[in-house]
Amino acid sequence: MAHAHHDHAPAGKYYVPHASHWPIVGSVSLFITMFGATQWLNSGSSTMFWVGIACVLGLFFGWFRDVINESVSGTYNEAVDRSFRMGMMWFIFSEVMFFAAFFGALYYARNIAQPWLSGQGVKFANSVLWQNFSGGWPSNGPARLGGEFEVIPAFSLPAVNTMILLTSGVTITIAHHALKENKRGILKVFLALTFLLGFLFVYLQSTEYAEAYKEMNLKLSTGIYGSTFFMLTGFHGLHVTIGAIMLTVIWLRSMKGHFNPDNHFGFEAVAWYWHFVDVVWLGLFIFVYWL
Amino acid sequence: MSASHTHDTHAAGHDDHGPMKGWRRWLFATNHKDIGSMYLIFSLAMFLTGGAMAMVIRAELLKPGMQFIDPGFFNSMTTVHALLMVFGAVMPAFTGLANWMIPLQVGAPDMALPRMNNFSFWLLPFAFTLLILTLFVPGGAPAGGWTLYPPLVLQTGDAFPMAVFAVHLMGASSIMGAINVIVTIMNMRAPGMTLLKMPLFVWTWLITAYLLIAVMPVLAGAVTMLLTDHYFGTSFFNAAGGGDPVMFQHIFWFFGHPEVYIMILPAFGVVSEIIPTFSRKPLFGYDAMVYATASIAFLSFIVWAHHMFTTGMPLVGEMFFMLSTMLIAIPTGVKVFNWTATMWKGSLSFETPMLFSLSFLFLFTIGGFSGLMLAMAPVDFQYHDTYFVVAHFHYVLVPGAVFSIMAATYYWLPKWTGNMYNEKLGKLHFWLSTIFVNVLFFPQHFLGLAGMPRRIPDYSTQFADWNFVSSIGGFCFGLTQLLFVYNIISCVRGGVKASDKVWDSASPHGLEWTLSSPPPYHSFEVPPEVK
Repeated sequence: MAHAHHDHAPAGKYYVPHASHWPIVGSVSLFITMFGATQWLNSGSSTMFWVGIACVLGLFFGWFRDVINESVSGTYNEAVDRSFRMGMMWFIFSEVMFFAAFFGALYYARNIAQPWLSGQGVKFANSVLWQNFSGGWPSNGPARLGGEFEVIPAFSLPAVNTMILLTSGVTITIAHHALKENKRGILKVFLALTFLLGFLFVYLQSTEYAEAYKEMNLKLSTGIYGSTFFMLTGFHGLHVTIGAIMLTVIWLRSMKGHFNPDNHFGFEAVAWYWHFVDVVWLGLFIFVYWL
Repeated sequence: MSASHTHDTHAAGHDDHGPMKGWRRWLFATNHKDIGSMYLIFSLAMFLTGGAMAMVIRAELLKPGMQFIDPGFFNSMTTVHALLMVFGAVMPAFTGLANWMIPLQVGAPDMALPRMNNFSFWLLPFAFTLLILTLFVPGGAPAGGWTLYPPLVLQTGDAFPMAVFAVHLMGASSIMGAINVIVTIMNMRAPGMTLLKMPLFVWTWLITAYLLIAVMPVLAGAVTMLLTDHYFGTSFFNAAGGGDPVMFQHIFWFFGHPEVYIMILPAFGVVSEIIPTFSRKPLFGYDAMVYATASIAFLSFIVWAHHMFTTGMPLVGEMFFMLSTMLIAIPTGVKVFNWTATMWKGSLSFETPMLFSLSFLFLFTIGGFSGLMLAMAPVDFQYHDTYFVVAHFHYVLVPGAVFSIMAATYYWLPKWTGNMYNEKLGKLHFWLSTIFVNVLFFPQHFLGLAGMPRRIPDYSTQFADWNFVSSIGGFCFGLTQLLFVYNIISCVRGGVKASDKVWDSASPHGLEWTLSSPPPYHSFEVPPEVK
């Protein structure tokens, strides 16, 4: 193994990559996107935002293409592989903390803000501002923002979605074991199953959103319940979408013969990410839909 | 394997054979020294920009009554000054130091993820362009303070999404920088360098990086909620919809308090390198320093509501956050004790880095004590949102964090450039800075205790004298920093050649001193053996 790589990365040495134009392209793309989003919010013109998004997509395509080529040509050694693994783990940890902020908001709104508004502890808000508000959950607040609404019962579509995501966690594990035992056929089939389940989840989630908006009067603006519900499930849905795209990419790479039983960081990074969105969903199912 | 290849140009396993020519070297940089230098220069630029805003603030406060600017702009100045100094000056300065020093101190050729390193730096100029542009859009820059409390901050005009997105970009930059630091430290240490043999600067940065990854996403979440409350009808911070504006404060300070330690732990690391060198003794209680740093980081997650004693928290909450905050005095006391004990019976000399470190030791401790005063919930009701708070955090940030950055610059600049800086000018810079920083901030303690509120452009005449003194101190402190800039520029351009050890008479400890000054492009082509 090491012999084949000696031109680039002697064992025990660290491979330092050559300079790259992609990071600065990334910074400029994100700046265009953010500036465009500002314009969109302030004056309604979204052109610049979409230009920025297109640049970001181009960036992902180009940067990953270069890195995959470097990886396939055997440039990276064990030490670099370890750096990538650690980097991905800490990135996922940062994502966990991002969701923690929104779960924290849900906890605070339900268990601290609601009781206060309903007159427990400090009575001020209840006796002066909103008399006789009795709180409870789900709530759209003492002003009943957005009007009467219904909530989506946990043991309907969300339970189905839970089964889908849990199943996808099993299928990707089977695919991983197949990869490690070099059974390429099983790898390809189960990876395909995994991303199909992912996209199925996203599709079902979008039908759930449509029903919430049309039939149940549950909207982003439906007070604190709507805020926490849509922001938590929305950011999760965004992550599932990204994860499913990542799965599709590694499926395509598997079809092209990438990855081998000893060296498949790209596969594992996506698998970890997929398990992460799975675990976040379990939190959502319990705290947003069920309890 | 490696021995047979030592004559091969690929011996260190890199594709990168030296700096690129012209602008490409900087835009496409993957070298830790180039990126470190860019971080430091960017930080200095933001320090001067934010400093200019501070001069505007002190000019307005020179006398009671309205002098030069309208109150809205005054509030924008305090807000943008703070955001620039926290996210643009102090944090990038430490990241720049980390970039330069961590590979040198752990015996690595570069940072672990060099391209991500470039990304995390180059996001910053764009983020701050976005932030500074807010000054020029209809409605003006954010004026609700850097803490961005709703509902006040929701009254910002067109600048609002720009500020939010600027914070997002800064956060992305910090997270990537922090991941790089952790991975470099965990994966690229020289053989034999066990965790408890790492220099303290590396240790403090390891813990800082962990804090960054844990809390920057929380800030991103908080400002995202502000954005959706403003533009998309959510009710996170709107009590009418069942939310709570106080909830923002909880989320913000869950980020904000660890953020305070993000700005001071690397400073502890710097001082823990410099004091032993110029005391010609090893650091007293190395292990205790590491554990104290970790303890401070742990405690930083359970003290956040001491910023919110006056929000009507239940008594139990006030008690908890008061006591947990006071606990921080213990590990911090361990540190101050150990630095002092390091000097005990040492053979001291007082070069500029040592002077700044000693000043840090005294003045940061003053800031620590005023923090202890603020930690007491019953008296905080009096101090809250007064100039006492302003005095407190400027004492820990200016003669604390900023002085340590200056100490680090003087300490390692000869290593980076191969030239000695002008020691006389450095000492002059030190004495003027130390004198004027006290003229500037010490009177603010008196103003705060007498009841002067923070973030106001005008004040009652009883506060006139000390405000005058403080403003004069501010102008002089600001002018003094031009000496620093001049000294750095002339050192980069030339000067007496520095030896490899730079501080020969003190024979400093650490791998960075085993390399030439300036060090080779790929710092350690062959990992050094650490015994």
